[in-house]
Amino acid sequence: MPTDPQHTTLLPHALEFKSTTFSVPVLILGSNDAVNIKLQLQDKIQLAPEFFKNSPLILDLHELNKQDLDIDVSSLIALLRSLALLPVGIRGATTVQLQQAIELGIPANSGTNQAAIETSKAQPEPHQVTASEAEPSYIAVSTTLITQPIRSGQRVYAHGDLIVLAQVSAGAEIIAEGNIHVYGTLRGRALAGVQGNEDARIFCSDLQAELISIAGTYKISEDLTESVRNHPVQISLQNNTLTIIDL
Amino acid sequence: MARIIVVTSGKGGVGKTTTSAAIAMGLAKRGHKTAVIDFDVGLRNLDLIMGCERRVVYDFVNVINGEATLNQALIRDKNCNQLYILPASQTRDKDALSQEGVGKILDELKKEFKYIVCDSPAGIERGAFLAMYYADDAFIVTNPEVSSVRDSDRMLGILSSKSRRAEQNEEPIKEYLLLTRYSPERVKLGEMLSVDDVQEILSLHLLGVIPESKSVLNASNSGTPVILDEKSDAGQAYADVIARYLGESRPHRFIDEKKGLFGKLFGGK
Repeated sequence: MPTDPQHTTLLPHALEFKSTTFSVPVLILGSNDAVNIKLQLQDKIQLAPEFFKNSPLILDLHELNKQDLDIDVSSLIALLRSLALLPVGIRGATTVQLQQAIELGIPANSGTNQAAIETSKAQPEPHQVTASEAEPSYIAVSTTLITQPIRSGQRVYAHGDLIVLAQVSAGAEIIAEGNIHVYGTLRGRALAGVQGNEDARIFCSDLQAELISIAGTYKISEDLTESVRNHPVQISLQNNTLTIIDL
Repeated sequence: MARIIVVTSGKGGVGKTTTSAAIAMGLAKRGHKTAVIDFDVGLRNLDLIMGCERRVVYDFVNVINGEATLNQALIRDKNCNQLYILPASQTRDKDALSQEGVGKILDELKKEFKYIVCDSPAGIERGAFLAMYYADDAFIVTNPEVSSVRDSDRMLGILSSKSRRAEQNEEPIKEYLLLTRYSPERVKLGEMLSVDDVQEILSLHLLGVIPESKSVLNASNSGTPVILDEKSDAGQAYADVIARYLGESRPHRFIDEKKGLFGKLFGGK
């Protein structure tokens, strides 16, 4: 509210920068067979055409590069676009693949394993031990500790594990790339392993959540049986289903 | 050191203005110089509850815009000379309040007053935000029903993340729970949340329970804060709240069902 006449000549406030978090589907490739990829993608899209139409997408080539399978990024991106998908980022790429992506205007997404691969350009040696390689992408970056109650309307995002020493209210949302521990009543939404870590777990001392999710697989409050509601539980992902067991 | 108290709730109609009037009067009656500010610009009510609506000349917005001094706008209460009221403007809206303007007025008031009570409007928009932004203590007024509790929880989240104290990483705002319009009979029938239910959800220090009471409506209609009606249950409950806020210990009353005359005589439960 400019009350000072001298300030009214200033340009009105037109923009601001904010940082925010989105959830975007990640396409993890396990094969470099373009025909196969196309067929399977079409199948998936058929299941939920509206969901996939013009959906942003992040390419994850980590699995592929781990198996030493190369892929032509520009033809892959052309394929995705022909299926009305909008690739917006790439990760787990080698330097060459990254260069191809950047030329097509696809930015490199930070985090996870791309740096590791880039630095080990001359791969042969480490890649002989592929099988025993741990999943470097899912190592917790850090642990976020919260001691105050998380109230309705608040959102907390942790790049690693998230530990909450108080309650999480209904209408609050806690999100972690790693595990979630709540040493209080969990009434809000809890989403663990949001970057695709299927080994992430959720622990809480009283389960009354509105929604729980691990790596995108979720259950809503209605799906919780009376045998686990109001109990101290741990939740894990097994065979693509959320398993809830008493602690 | 002056303390700024915000009376807030998120939800409307739970008793914020009644509570603001009562606690401001209670603190003033204890001899502390107190100011109470109506932040509900456009829907001014505090002056009615305080019974000073006929004496409003200048208001909060006039002072912010520099059209009047603080001393011109402050109205001295007719029941207690330690209490002053800063009314809201009825002809403007909440955008007339600026963050710097509010800060400047509060700084000025802090020099003269021991307690400054900010009566927040409902909602979580500008008016409510500015009412809580500079607060040291927060009285969260909640009714024993789920939507009110949920809104209070939301407001608590805002207090702990968007207030001045939160932004400057100072000691957080002290939060107190005030459960109003409580009716033990209806709790017993399962029509209302109990004190324990509400505390379980909000996990907050309980400062007091104000029973649902006819005396509140009577007090509002006659323009005298209910705390002055010392015979009424609600008035006594507010007096307890003040005592507890000032550090005295008082047992909680009005949580259990009223005993009938025979119950009282024979002491049966």
